[in-house]
Amino acid sequence: MTAPATGTRPAGTSPHGRVAGPVTPARSRLTARATPYVFLLPGMALFIGLMLYPMVQAFRMSLYEWNILPGAVSQFVGLANYGRAFDDPVFWTALVNSTVYMLVTVPTQMALGMGIAVLLNQAIRGRVAFRVLFYLPVVTSWVVVSLLFKYLFNSQAGLVNYVLVDLLGVLGSPVAWLQNRWTALATISLLGIWKGMGWSMLIFLAGLQGIPADLLEAAEVDGASTARRFFAITLPLLRPVVVFVTIMLVIGGFNVFISVFLITGGGPANQTEVLLTQMYEQAFSFLDFGYGAAIAYLLTALIFGLSFIQMRWFDYGEETAA
Amino acid sequence: MTRARPATKVLVYAVLLVGAAITITPFVSMVSTSFKPQAFVLELPPQLIPEEPTVGNYTRAWTSNGFARYFLNSAIIAAAHVIGVLGLGSMMAYAFARFEFVGKKVMFYALIITLMIPGMMLIIPQFLLARDLSLIDTRLGLVLFYIAAQLAFVTFLLRGFFESVPRELEEAMRVDGAGAWRIYWNLMLPLSRPALATAGIFAFLFAWDEFIWALTIINDPDLRTLPIGIALFQGQHATAWGLVFAASIIAITPVLIVFVVFQRHFVSGLQAGAVKG
Repeated sequence: MTAPATGTRPAGTSPHGRVAGPVTPARSRLTARATPYVFLLPGMALFIGLMLYPMVQAFRMSLYEWNILPGAVSQFVGLANYGRAFDDPVFWTALVNSTVYMLVTVPTQMALGMGIAVLLNQAIRGRVAFRVLFYLPVVTSWVVVSLLFKYLFNSQAGLVNYVLVDLLGVLGSPVAWLQNRWTALATISLLGIWKGMGWSMLIFLAGLQGIPADLLEAAEVDGASTARRFFAITLPLLRPVVVFVTIMLVIGGFNVFISVFLITGGGPANQTEVLLTQMYEQAFSFLDFGYGAAIAYLLTALIFGLSFIQMRWFDYGEETAA
Repeated sequence: MTRARPATKVLVYAVLLVGAAITITPFVSMVSTSFKPQAFVLELPPQLIPEEPTVGNYTRAWTSNGFARYFLNSAIIAAAHVIGVLGLGSMMAYAFARFEFVGKKVMFYALIITLMIPGMMLIIPQFLLARDLSLIDTRLGLVLFYIAAQLAFVTFLLRGFFESVPRELEEAMRVDGAGAWRIYWNLMLPLSRPALATAGIFAFLFAWDEFIWALTIINDPDLRTLPIGIALFQGQHATAWGLVFAASIIAITPVLIVFVVFQRHFVSGLQAGAVKG
């Protein structure tokens, strides 16, 4: 950072150069040009150094058999790390698991979030209390809720087995939820839905509050049913919000990591591995940084591709562009 | 907001209450278990009210494994992160909101892109970078990368608010001879207090809960943060669930206080940011 303040500048020599100053025009114009960069410098320096540079570096690493010893020479292998991913059964398992998690959690969170938002968008008592309550899982740390679900889905005496077997009698015997691929993924998905639902609820609620009530009342006077009012008026008006939530949740779905890492650790036998747990394991357990970086880039490409397709599909960006 | 008929209202309440009950059950179970002695944590049938309630888990969690130290570490790191990211983010937001300059678009899109990539994707090169910069096992290594990670988000949130500050106020100050720094410090920041509070809350939550980066670069037990401490409780005492949940509850208490106290800020800020896209 440079000079502390320019507040002592004499009147008429605005740093923006918008108010035409009578004196020292050249110098003040130069300062005016520099001002935004001075404000940007510390933040952008950090951002470029710690975010953009690693982004480029990750791609470079993905092309090497990366040697992590400082100063050691790494061998350039071209796209071999990417090719390796396609031949790696664990990568395919992880890709399928991540995709299933996304496909299960995104629509469920949206439907439940929208449902609760619609219910809370009425003049009822306790709206704030309900809103806080449904949002509670969102603000609770992933580490805590992951351990909590691991406990609840415990095979011997977990609450879930107790309710399903002893209380409701839906199941004949306790299920070892976390020891089997699909039941473990179901548990992790359920956690994702429970934790994320409040987020979409809150955003939908904000959107709903922006819809003029007289519009809906007019439709009601005209005899439109509740369902019809929702689908013909509310939903179309909420479109930008729905698109935003969809895109964010799809990204979030592929970002699943902590819950898998702490609940199953990708096991048994890599059955519940997702893309990020596999990436982390390759890098920090096997020190295979090049392969890890390649997996990271494949995931990024997937997320960017999906976001792009969604934006195109929904014609997003026009009305909400920054 | 719409008004509902009485019959509908009953149904609405019923659905909301059932949903709320399901949502809250895991928390209830956590609180209940945290007061149970080890012998009862996996009892069948599970008791809501512990038969022999104890606060032993809380005292043990707090005094063992340097947990109090983890708490302090998390507090220091969260505070440094909040100050850092609000400072740098608000400066960038001011530049984006009020100036035209060469490279604005490029920088803007560079920031947007990082909002879309998975944060974890960069962890491999970031780890090597931190190693080369001797930031492994340092608090600075945590804070600098946290700030970098959240900078784009905070900048966008604040930029939106800065843009809504009437330009007339700024012009008036400029006529009185104020420069950009004074406008930023004496006008933009004070007027944007709600936005700063919102961004600050999100920043606090982020730093307080962050797990992966801390797990990756911190090996020194004296520098561990709370999420690492909790995860370790689980690893060390495979089934000491009472202890794990007592530690968890201690760790999430500050978050709950912040959330409940600033609830309004929180909701309105998130909404403003979100609906804008």
